[in-house]
Amino acid sequence: MHSFLYRLNALLTFSLIILALICGMASFSDNFNTPSPSVDLKVLNVNWFHKQHGNDEVSLTFSVEADLQSLFTWNTKQIFVFVAAEYETPKNALNQISLWDGIIPSKDSAKFSIQVSNKYRFTDQGSNLRGKPFNLTLHWHVMPKTGKMFADKIVTSSYRLPDEYR
Amino acid sequence: MDWQGQKLAEHLMQILLVSFALGAFVTGYIVGSFQLMLLIYAAGVVLTSLFTVPNWPWFNKHPLTWLEPVEAERHPKPEKPVAPVGKKKSTKQK
Repeated sequence: MHSFLYRLNALLTFSLIILALICGMASFSDNFNTPSPSVDLKVLNVNWFHKQHGNDEVSLTFSVEADLQSLFTWNTKQIFVFVAAEYETPKNALNQISLWDGIIPSKDSAKFSIQVSNKYRFTDQGSNLRGKPFNLTLHWHVMPKTGKMFADKIVTSSYRLPDEYR
Repeated sequence: MDWQGQKLAEHLMQILLVSFALGAFVTGYIVGSFQLMLLIYAAGVVLTSLFTVPNWPWFNKHPLTWLEPVEAERHPKPEKPVAPVGKKKSTKQK
């Protein structure tokens, strides 16, 4: 009845329930973190801009200057970030095109400043990009060690694409 | 392990695990290390199992005292009530 294995089983079961509880508490504790991330995105250059197979495509060089250190808590595994160009066309109220992404594995590397050309193609569905105003937005997903994933974004100032292909 | 020992073992197991979990959580939160929390808790589980799972002598301090066999013989079991028997059964028994 109250044998060695019975006690071992009871102990392991109870310890796993408590483990789940403290992981839940760890996830809950993330709510007390009030992050204050700062991001600065700047378009430095329009490398080229043309129409291919009826769709506008543009290549940009832009700078990303971000301080996401305050997003890290003790329960954060890594942060996924991506830069998206967002604009409006007659057909779609919101177009989002991912231009660059990255994974921030630690708090130390969460403050960075880089200059990149778009990693993924900035192509429109159609030819709406001439003279089109667009926003560069930094999105991030905070991946916790346990529990709930948080996502947020910062929209930075608007730019305008050139009126002519080049 | 006797009855009292079983109760003690179960209570000890629960109290130790919960207090290790609380200690681990608070320490991990203050230090800011998830890994430390898990390590403290794992150590707590190992310690608790060493302490409460084996049949240690301190769980056997209240042994059950059974009646002596002589005492039991003085109060014999009442005999089996004789079931009402039919014709066939009674012949077979004889």
